[in-house]
Amino acid sequence: MRFSALKVLKEGLTGNKGWTPHWRDPEPKPEYDIVIIGGGGHGLATAFYLAKEHGLTNVAVLEKGYLGGGNVGRNTTIVRANYFLPGNSEFYSHSLKLWEGMEDELNYNVMHSQRGLINLFHSDGQRDAFARRGNAMINQGDDAVLLDREGVRKHLPYLDFDNGRFPIYGGLYHPRGGTARHDAVAWGYARGASDRGVDLIQNCEVTGIDIEGGKVRGVQTSRGAIRAKKVGIVVAGRSGQVAAMAGMRLPIESHVLQAFVTEGLKPVIDHVISFGMGHFYISQSDKGGLVFGGDLDFYASYAARGNLPMVEHVMEAGMTLMPMIGRARVLRSWGGIMDMTADGSPIIDKTGVDGLYIDCGWCYGGFKAVPGSGFSFAHLIAQDRHHAPAAGFRLDRFRTGHGLLDEEGTGSQHNLH
Amino acid sequence: MRIPCPICGTRDRREFTYVGAALPRPSDEEWGAGWDDYLHNRENPAGETRDLWQHEAGCGAWLVVTRNTVSHAVLGAELARGATA
Repeated sequence: MRFSALKVLKEGLTGNKGWTPHWRDPEPKPEYDIVIIGGGGHGLATAFYLAKEHGLTNVAVLEKGYLGGGNVGRNTTIVRANYFLPGNSEFYSHSLKLWEGMEDELNYNVMHSQRGLINLFHSDGQRDAFARRGNAMINQGDDAVLLDREGVRKHLPYLDFDNGRFPIYGGLYHPRGGTARHDAVAWGYARGASDRGVDLIQNCEVTGIDIEGGKVRGVQTSRGAIRAKKVGIVVAGRSGQVAAMAGMRLPIESHVLQAFVTEGLKPVIDHVISFGMGHFYISQSDKGGLVFGGDLDFYASYAARGNLPMVEHVMEAGMTLMPMIGRARVLRSWGGIMDMTADGSPIIDKTGVDGLYIDCGWCYGGFKAVPGSGFSFAHLIAQDRHHAPAAGFRLDRFRTGHGLLDEEGTGSQHNLH
Repeated sequence: MRIPCPICGTRDRREFTYVGAALPRPSDEEWGAGWDDYLHNRENPAGETRDLWQHEAGCGAWLVVTRNTVSHAVLGAELARGATA
């Protein structure tokens, strides 16, 4: 089933009786060439690119719950490529290009909206740092415009420009940044993978990883044993538990990150705004809700909900930046579990076990990475060598100290990111 | 979340700074797997854990806090100096 304007019109006129399920619901087979553990955005994208780019379709995606029920459905949907460090920069640049082609590639409306992202700065020093970051983005081939105070005012007239503590000096504008409909990304990749022959198996929890003689042989699941020549772990939020099944300990600590949405309002915020000094960022969904968040709660947690001190902190930051937000009523808040690595950057690598690969450690930036991560992880699994844009995401960089990707420049230590 | 400081009594979580998993410092003189594990690799349990907090806005003491990472229940706290391993 392909989506098209004609199809939508026809179904609208004939009672919408011709739509079919977006993906098959197969029983697990006893053996696959490749098993992907985790049916979130990254896992589904990995399966899609294994089939599309490498012609590998004897593949199963095993999901403990339902497809897209984890962090891909719990994030604040921001898509951007404004990284500074070599190693990160080329990866997110590649990922953004995949975003720009995603709707055609998947024949799926993911509501990708390049409404522009503005990172605000509040001092001369911060302006210099953002000018440098903007130059790095331009060198990478992406877009960046350094706005002065009046330049920001044209885009965002409603901010408190003369705030006593954080007066606005300007902003770094990334016009290709924006948002997307998060669930649709998971659904689109799921449909694309399923159509190409990948088995998507839901309610199938992996309970063990079979390893013999240093080589992976398959997995044990709540729906029986499944043999596999290669296994990929893509379970950000639960990476430590699954990796432990293969006897691994990861350089990851799980933290909770909260997000908030207000009741639906008329269009008021046209961009994604990031107020780094206050630990606050915001955009408006197409439904009208103001979607915003702040920093981690900053303690190890698997609770998928946060505590009140961070709620208060985020609300205060929002009021500091745009006092008009005080009239909006918060509809709900929630938390997602972040795989926090020591340097704040992800891992896409082989493991010490032959045929076992891992994609994890996305910290609080996994959503924009969905296509790039899937593409690069599929490349690693299919060809057993790193895909160039993701070649810096090594598992051993913490042990060796070589190639640490400390984008924030705060140090490679667990409680600093 | 409230943490029972053995010196000050039970206080709001905001008075404390989280440092990370409470692990024994390796005795190795040289860099190796012991230090890599100490600095980077984590059990990262979903359930009961022991981590280091500093009562920064209180007495300044370093504490080992036992708590549950799934329920956020705080089960106890003791001074890091002399804490049971």
